[in-house]
Amino acid sequence: MVALTPISRTETSFYVPVVAAFGAFFGIFIGTGQGSLIAGVLGGAILMAVIAFVLTKVVTNEKAGRWGLTLFGALGGFALAGLPGLFIGTFFGWFFGFLIFWLYEGRYRAKVAPYLTPGQVLWHFAFRTICGSIFVFLITPILVVMPLSFNAQDFFTFTPEMLRFDPEGYSLKHYRDFFTNDAWQDAMKNSLRIAPMATILSVTFGTLAAIGLSQPHVPFRRAIMAILISPMIVPLIISAAGMYFFYSRIGLQGTYIGVVLAHAALGIPFVIITVTATLVGFDNSLTRAAANMGANPVTTFFRVQMPLILPGVISGGLFAFITSFDEVVVVLFVGSAGQKTLPWQMFIGLREQISPTILAVATILVGISICLLTVVEMLRRRSERMRGMSPT
Amino acid sequence: MSDATPAQTASSSAAEARIADAAHTGPMLAADGTPLKKSLNRALRLQKMRALALIAPLLIFVLVTFIAPIADMLFRSVENEIVSETLPSTTQILVEWDAEGTEIPGEPVFEALYDDMFFAKEAKLHTRLGSRLNYELTGVSSLFRKSGRKVEDMGEVYQDQFEDLDAFWKTNENWASFMASDGWVAAMADWKKADGAQPAFELREGVAEMLPATSVSYLRFADFVQNVDEDNLYKEDPWAIVYSSLHKDLTGENGVSSYTGPAAVELKAAATAASTFETVNFSEAFQKIDKDWHDLEVWQTLKVYTPKYTSGYFLNAVDRQKSVEGVEKRPENQRIYGILFFRTMVMSVAITLSCILLGYPVAWILANLPARQANLLLILVLLPFWTSLLVRTSAWKVMLQQQGVINDTLVWLGIVATDDRLALINNQTGTIIAMTHILLPFMILPLYSVMQTIQPTYLRAAKSLGATNWTAFWRVYFPQSIPGIGAGSILVFILSIGYYITPEIVGGTSGTFISNRIAYHISSSLNWGLGAALGAILLAAVLLLYYAYDKIVGIDNVKLG
Repeated sequence: MVALTPISRTETSFYVPVVAAFGAFFGIFIGTGQGSLIAGVLGGAILMAVIAFVLTKVVTNEKAGRWGLTLFGALGGFALAGLPGLFIGTFFGWFFGFLIFWLYEGRYRAKVAPYLTPGQVLWHFAFRTICGSIFVFLITPILVVMPLSFNAQDFFTFTPEMLRFDPEGYSLKHYRDFFTNDAWQDAMKNSLRIAPMATILSVTFGTLAAIGLSQPHVPFRRAIMAILISPMIVPLIISAAGMYFFYSRIGLQGTYIGVVLAHAALGIPFVIITVTATLVGFDNSLTRAAANMGANPVTTFFRVQMPLILPGVISGGLFAFITSFDEVVVVLFVGSAGQKTLPWQMFIGLREQISPTILAVATILVGISICLLTVVEMLRRRSERMRGMSPT
Repeated sequence: MSDATPAQTASSSAAEARIADAAHTGPMLAADGTPLKKSLNRALRLQKMRALALIAPLLIFVLVTFIAPIADMLFRSVENEIVSETLPSTTQILVEWDAEGTEIPGEPVFEALYDDMFFAKEAKLHTRLGSRLNYELTGVSSLFRKSGRKVEDMGEVYQDQFEDLDAFWKTNENWASFMASDGWVAAMADWKKADGAQPAFELREGVAEMLPATSVSYLRFADFVQNVDEDNLYKEDPWAIVYSSLHKDLTGENGVSSYTGPAAVELKAAATAASTFETVNFSEAFQKIDKDWHDLEVWQTLKVYTPKYTSGYFLNAVDRQKSVEGVEKRPENQRIYGILFFRTMVMSVAITLSCILLGYPVAWILANLPARQANLLLILVLLPFWTSLLVRTSAWKVMLQQQGVINDTLVWLGIVATDDRLALINNQTGTIIAMTHILLPFMILPLYSVMQTIQPTYLRAAKSLGATNWTAFWRVYFPQSIPGIGAGSILVFILSIGYYITPEIVGGTSGTFISNRIAYHISSSLNWGLGAALGAILLAAVLLLYYAYDKIVGIDNVKLG
């Protein structure tokens, strides 16, 4: 809904105080940092009010004004706090330049409905700011881990060298540790031995069962579904405890097969859910058509049904893979030292001898999850496209 | 044309008549002649069978790998065979003892206890039972360990007297000569270690009737030596308990006066001497080991936990305990599970509420932005969802530490003084912040899918009818989004009450959940029964919520990504 509201320049009495308020807000941080809150607030407000006035009334050329302010911020920041100051100063210079002209030219109203009252416009932007900060909350922890993994020190926080962007402050030593340390390499190998096996098991059984479940007449459908989904619902600690008791009774506790079976059970609900969701849009007349032309059920399955539901099967498989690859509670109980997986090693690292190698591993894992997310997203789009092609 | 008409008319009318006839008199037939109804039923049954055949492998797989373990856990939460298995004779006699009286059990019980303890000690089971009963009464563990060490001395009184009487009683070869069957003795004489397994011990005919107690003790001794220790039975000296059983048999009513088999002379001599032997009062002997054996409470506990199945673990999990008078509350300082369950609930509610608070605006903006921008922002929600749980937990550990990123930033900004940094980790705050972040996508995604279906025109209609922004939202939009809130909340709540990893790492001692306690009982304190009982209670709570979720949302409607 893009509203075309006619815009016009606003009054000085509107935009100067607003910019001053922003200045006062950021002044709080600088003020408390320097020891005087009031000086910071007043200084920020006055400085920004003056700049706003000068840029709009004296300079008047928007481009020159904004570049000038950015440059001014950059130089000011550099003079005060060196290299990190330069970046922060540049950002603030750019931001205030944008803010001043955004308010002055009245552009802020361009995309909101023309009938909104000023209060509603304010709420509109305040709401977006709130949402923005929630997105920041969602994504910051993942972003913070990445630069910290290049820390030259064994610290879990930014060192002064890192903040100065001093090359001395960065190193790849945690990555080197990950790739040379036997404990981590064994854990990696175990993860790569367990997760694919578990995925194959859950995808094979899961796809067959999903096809069975989407037939029109299945007795006890709800009860069967509830049982098959239950590994996802039952808390992991309970599954882990139960499997620990039961698998040690039948001699599977502490074995590779035991861990694979346990992980396959945990991955099954994801396969069932994604594959049944894909099958909802599957046109059954296609299989009848294939049978009509003389294909036997196996050929029909592999040549007609499978290619159409493949995106769902693959994304279910990816879910199952990530479940196993990421799982720690069950393997902690069902596995023994010989099945120590990557998450297990990380868990030990976090609980006992805390080492920054964890952050390097975390960064690698974030990379892997970005790849998986991309694949799943692409598959979802493809499946939607294909579903659009077949009549329903 | 006209001349053919009569014939055609006749045949077609005949066919019509046949069909009409069939419809009225017989069942409708399928192409192959079977009744249509039957044929349809068969097709339907075939379809059902095929569907079930496709589902069956997975169903069996899940039943074996997942449902059976859960059932096993539930079974362990009530199973209590260890007491009656370790102390079989004692528990049998103890049934008759009046636990509510003020008298401790009499001599027969102590004698049985001596028997049971002796074998339990040899099999090293007494400490296991001790630690089991220690969960119910503190101090029992050390009592059992101490008694296990000293119980051997009690029987030695008899062993010494038999051996002083005749050196014959010293070696097992002499014992075997009258205890074992001739066949076994012969086989044993030929046996060498290199041959592998020893010939299994066989009792001589008639011995069991003549010396009942001795045969029982000797059989258990022989079985233990041959099958557990795997030593040569001939070379092992009989345990002290065999001597005390022999004394009991010889002074008993049966007697050996009519016995004529091997070692009859020695047995008869021993029988005469036995009546003059110094005897042991087991009750006093046990008291000498530890005066707690004459403590009424120990025996009451033992009696209460005699049955094979007990509700004791469940009572323990709700801060109650069993006693002879029935169920009572535990002492004030031992009531921890009520608090823990309550804390788990309160924190899960707090996490769910903060997820609603943070998730609602985000879902709203995702649902109301143009599809392109919404898809981009959705990636910011999905990325944390796909990122490893351990990665997110370690990120929060890094951020929340005393010397972590958040505290450093706050200190740098001058909001917090460097010597009173905020305690954000190892407490409830840490758990709530980290888990809200981890579970937020589970709130946003269902909310988003519900909000996508809400028509924006309703809001506009409300406003055009004179509603303020708030009224329009609260009276029109919000009620329509409640299914999303319900689905998201139940999902987040279910996931959070069973969470283990994150509370374990960022929760410290005050921010942990019931699941951390379950893990502790299973891997550290080894009180498996209690862990299983706590797990069963948690499972019941989760299943209840699962049922509610199924009613509200439907399991089929769970969507991922």
